[in-house]
Amino acid sequence: MSRPLSSEIDFNTPALRRHRQTRALKNKLASIGIAIGGLSIIGAVLLIFFYLLYEVAPMFVPAKVELISQYQLPVNSNNTQDNSDKSQTLMLAMEEQAEVAIRVKKSGEINFFSVSDGHVLQTEQIPLPGKLSAFDVNTQASRLMAFANNQGEVLLVKHNYKVTYPNDKRLITPELIYPYGAEPLTLIENGKAITNITLRDGEEAMVLAAMDDQGELHASRYLKEVDFLSEEVVLEYEAINLPSIAGLINQVEIDQTMRWMFVLADQRLLHVINLEEESLTQTITLDAVGTITSMSMLLGENSILIGNSQGKISQWFMARQDEKWRLNMARSFAIETQGSDNKIQAIASEQRRKGFFVAGENGQVAIFHSTAHRTLLDEKLVEGDIEFLSISPRAKDLLVQTRQGEVYHFKVHNEHPEISWASMWDEIWYEGYEKPEYIWQSSSSSSDFEPKYSLVPLAFGTLKGAFYAMLLAAPLAIAGAIYTAYFMAPALRRKVKPIIELMEALPTVILGFLAGLALAPFLENNLLGVFAILIVLPVSMLLFGFCWANMPAKVRDLLPEGWHVPVLIPVILLSGWLALSISPSIEIFFFNGSMVDWLNNDLGVSFSQRNALIVGLAMGFAVIPTIFSIAEDAIFSVPKSLSYGSLALGATPWQTMIKVVLPTASPGIFSALMIGMGRAVGETMIVLMATGNTPITDVNIFEGMRTLAANIAVEIPESEVGSSHYRILFLTGFVLFLFTFIFNTAAETVRQRLRIKYGQL
Amino acid sequence: MKMNISFKDWVKSGSPFIWLNAGAVAISIIMVLGLIGFIGAKGLVHFWPGSILEASYNLPGSDSTRIMGQISDTEMVSREQLQAIGLDTPNGEKEAQRLLLKVGNRDVYGGDFRWVLEHHLTEKNYPKNAMTIERREWGNFNGYLEKVYEGDNQVADASTNSLESWQHFQALIERALTIHDEIMGIQKSEIGSINYQIERLRLKERGLELDDELGELVKVELAKERESLNAEYEEHQKILSVLYADLARDHFTATEMNGQSIEIKMSEVVRAFQPNAMNTLEKIAHYFSKLGEFLGDDPREANTEGGVFPAIFGTVLMVILMAIMVTPLGVVAAVYLREYAKQGFITRVIRIAVNNLAGVPSIVYGVFGLGFFVYFLGGTIDELFFPEALPAPTFGTSGLLWASITLALLTLPVVIVATEEGLARIPRMIREGSLALGATKWETLSRVILPMASPAMMTGVILAVARAAGEVAPLMLVGVVKLAPTLPLNGNYPFLHLDQKFMHLGFHIYDVGFQSPNVEAARPLVYATALLLVLVIALLNLSAIYIRNHLREKYKALDM
Repeated sequence: MSRPLSSEIDFNTPALRRHRQTRALKNKLASIGIAIGGLSIIGAVLLIFFYLLYEVAPMFVPAKVELISQYQLPVNSNNTQDNSDKSQTLMLAMEEQAEVAIRVKKSGEINFFSVSDGHVLQTEQIPLPGKLSAFDVNTQASRLMAFANNQGEVLLVKHNYKVTYPNDKRLITPELIYPYGAEPLTLIENGKAITNITLRDGEEAMVLAAMDDQGELHASRYLKEVDFLSEEVVLEYEAINLPSIAGLINQVEIDQTMRWMFVLADQRLLHVINLEEESLTQTITLDAVGTITSMSMLLGENSILIGNSQGKISQWFMARQDEKWRLNMARSFAIETQGSDNKIQAIASEQRRKGFFVAGENGQVAIFHSTAHRTLLDEKLVEGDIEFLSISPRAKDLLVQTRQGEVYHFKVHNEHPEISWASMWDEIWYEGYEKPEYIWQSSSSSSDFEPKYSLVPLAFGTLKGAFYAMLLAAPLAIAGAIYTAYFMAPALRRKVKPIIELMEALPTVILGFLAGLALAPFLENNLLGVFAILIVLPVSMLLFGFCWANMPAKVRDLLPEGWHVPVLIPVILLSGWLALSISPSIEIFFFNGSMVDWLNNDLGVSFSQRNALIVGLAMGFAVIPTIFSIAEDAIFSVPKSLSYGSLALGATPWQTMIKVVLPTASPGIFSALMIGMGRAVGETMIVLMATGNTPITDVNIFEGMRTLAANIAVEIPESEVGSSHYRILFLTGFVLFLFTFIFNTAAETVRQRLRIKYGQL
Repeated sequence: MKMNISFKDWVKSGSPFIWLNAGAVAISIIMVLGLIGFIGAKGLVHFWPGSILEASYNLPGSDSTRIMGQISDTEMVSREQLQAIGLDTPNGEKEAQRLLLKVGNRDVYGGDFRWVLEHHLTEKNYPKNAMTIERREWGNFNGYLEKVYEGDNQVADASTNSLESWQHFQALIERALTIHDEIMGIQKSEIGSINYQIERLRLKERGLELDDELGELVKVELAKERESLNAEYEEHQKILSVLYADLARDHFTATEMNGQSIEIKMSEVVRAFQPNAMNTLEKIAHYFSKLGEFLGDDPREANTEGGVFPAIFGTVLMVILMAIMVTPLGVVAAVYLREYAKQGFITRVIRIAVNNLAGVPSIVYGVFGLGFFVYFLGGTIDELFFPEALPAPTFGTSGLLWASITLALLTLPVVIVATEEGLARIPRMIREGSLALGATKWETLSRVILPMASPAMMTGVILAVARAAGEVAPLMLVGVVKLAPTLPLNGNYPFLHLDQKFMHLGFHIYDVGFQSPNVEAARPLVYATALLLVLVIALLNLSAIYIRNHLREKYKALDM
């Protein structure tokens, strides 16, 4: 019975209207808020994507230079012979902060000047008797210079900078110091003039090579000993007898180990002299390369860089090949040329990286990186021909001096020259190696280390681990899913699914820990047993099944349909135990007691305790539930009408499974495999704990590996923020992200399609 | 015997494949249960006091030595292996048993463990008065009690009256432990708090200096405050030095198995017991006391001994913070997907995004968290709010807050998926009923749908918590440390230190199991920690599964 609305109730009172408005407002706000919340999920994925990209992108930016100032060569205020100053420079260099520069002049005068405007801060004269006739620098980083005169004497001088902070402002005071005394060393007796000098200074020894005015080369080694009383370095002289070499000598270089001397003669012959054996090892005729116009050593003093008249620079270093040391050309670079010629005027190496700057004709400057084989810049920077290039220790400042005596100061933006596509994915011939190789070795204690950033061993390790994991997981998980979804009794299924979910929830750190500390030693002792299990288990399961089928009906009826699993568990345990316990006897019989030793000695297969097999087992364990759940879901949701139809037509349950259910569910199983693969690729802790983490490229199942993910975990805490190493680790993270993104998106798309298809069935 | 079915027919029927498939399920189940059982067995025995075996070890070709310790592992070695080192099995058998004895006394022998061949042991016995002493340094000591000293006075001699001297010994240990606790208490709370306050004063002064507000008046005031804190510190230091002297008063001597007498300070002893003299009840009591130590105490000896309390605490706190962050976001996203968004392109993109979030490797979250949260956000926060502490970072370094946010992002899909499933199960008619009564969409949602879906959300959060509790890889980059000096939640203002680093059970397993210098000695503890973690996670998961199943039953009735 309906009651008429009482007219006393007014729904339009201001209070109620306000109430309705607030309700509507709340509703509106909630809608907006919830929509924002929902869309923020896309935001999160995009944020991760773009942030990783943002960290990675600077690696691929080419170098940029920016002109800061330009001035005439620094002129001493009390010295008025300014115009004759032109092209009197022997060396230009900057100190750490790139505030003060040094210029060594042919007269033996040294000017320290301000980098920013060129005004002279301090002038010194080298206390060397006679006339300065030759000059060399050990390495720019060591700041040790050799001044030789026309009387066969050499003085070693180091330019040094003291930093003080009066009034909280940085003040840099340059000075000259004489680490081996202010008295010159006599290099060539009977007072012949030195026309060319080469200095190589090391921890324990120093080598000086000098050419006299007859074109004859002399070399001497000085062993360093520290006087324990005065703690001064005392030099002990040792003569080196050089073999005679052909040609007019242009330039001499000595490598870091002081074993090899490279002599350029006639601008086309390169002699390699072994200083220890005092013999000529090799002579290379560089006619194919062209006329050599410039030669310099790369950081580390292992490689020589040779520039020619056609704008080409090639990198050479000593490598052992067929038991012999040979000078090899590793790679070459080219600057842009107008026509066929562009003479390389100067080569300057960076002091902390394996990069170098090259000056061509007409003010052209190029920046290269040797390992990455990368051209970072190739531009005409200044007017006129360049005579000197000088890079600051941090490689952020560049001084260019032209023949006209003009100095240009540039800021260089070149943060990550060592990364290129080739350095990450191609075989690289690293200094000192026999041949080009894929190597990941990101850091070392020495400062002149050549970082090796090949991602190939890591990517290989990742795929190797994932492959072995999938080898175990895919068959087990899919077979398990088929049985659980289609054949298993529903009551049992409700019990089994939580167990599998528990399997998925087990922390990987525990799996890794067990794999590394329990499984690995066990497997080493029972390797054969584990392989025996692989054969014994299926055979015993089949045997048991067949026997079961032949049991009297009374026994068979004890087991309801879909309860195979509980009866199989004791069978599996028993046959597993059997396989493990008989394997030692087999091992003794066939493999002399230990399969591991047999692998090592007879097959030559190296075996490390923490290997890919362990990872495969442990990571397989982690991946099984992922694949299982999705595949089971896909099979279970195949409409029942399909299988009923098939069974009604007389197909056996297995035929129905294979011919009807599986084809329908196959996209779902495919997506399960994709997602499982994604998980195996990105798994970190198991790999970290169950492999030796050595980045090697070896398909051997008994060897370890290092994966991209484990590599990040190992190295990122130690990498400097913003460094190339840091960014390349971000790049590997980005690669993993993209990899799983593609796999997951493909899998999810397939599943969404499938859902629609099932809906139609 | 007549066969029911020939092999050929059997194969044709497809049964073999069904058996194999069933075998796959059985293998998986055996692997899971076996693994949990293995960890359980290994982890639980750790606290049980094993009997001390004493024997003479006569290896052919070398002198007979006395050996004493608990058997911690046994394994079989083949005859060939033994022959390779010039030994043989007893009576030419194929294998011989090898025992791993925990001999302790690392300070005397250089190692805690020793492998011995069982058949070369003679005069095996389990002496009643053999004792094990757990020490603060150098691991366990196995031997016999000799003399007990109070100060320089000998108060007991075990050779004359062993029971009485044992009791005397225990009483003195008890005393030393009490003093040690007191010292620790003062150091941790009082002195810790003073140090913290002094640091805050320094930061305050630096902050004022940066703002150019550091007048002379303020300076004097700060100095005065510092003065009073320093005075307080001196006070505590005095008390401490008295306590330290008191602690160092007593010592005792003990003989190790080769008869060498060793002097040990009472202050070094954590616990002393005679396992061979214990009855089962006492052993059970000992077991639970060790278990209590494991759960409630700080770690000792580079994490290889003692408890894991800071790791439990850190894990729980991080997980709670994470749950606070992930729940609202996850629920809102699920509600949007299920209740608000029009099913179409956008929802499909969101679902793909959710799946991607779920599939992205956890280490990538770690990298992202380190770069974006720690260095980018944290660095910015430091510059804006904590310039006084620079260059020492406050939030610009890995810590609790960033770890929880990173894990919240990582577990977001778990909450979304579970909540969405819960929402999908709520029958349409309930929504329609509410709307028909004039409720707005928001009112329907907040008063009807969400309460009904709350168990599903619960499930999601529990699963997220379980996932987060076990995740280690990203945490290694954004916040965990092997040893945190203080808990992230303590008595110093502001009590909850979001910027602090913390300890975590999962990382503890990795660190102690793989990075510790004495892996062999630490292994039982790692198993115990692993068991604890597995138990927590299994419990969380099973409860989530229970809630979910319960929920299904509930809505089955509504579906009718």
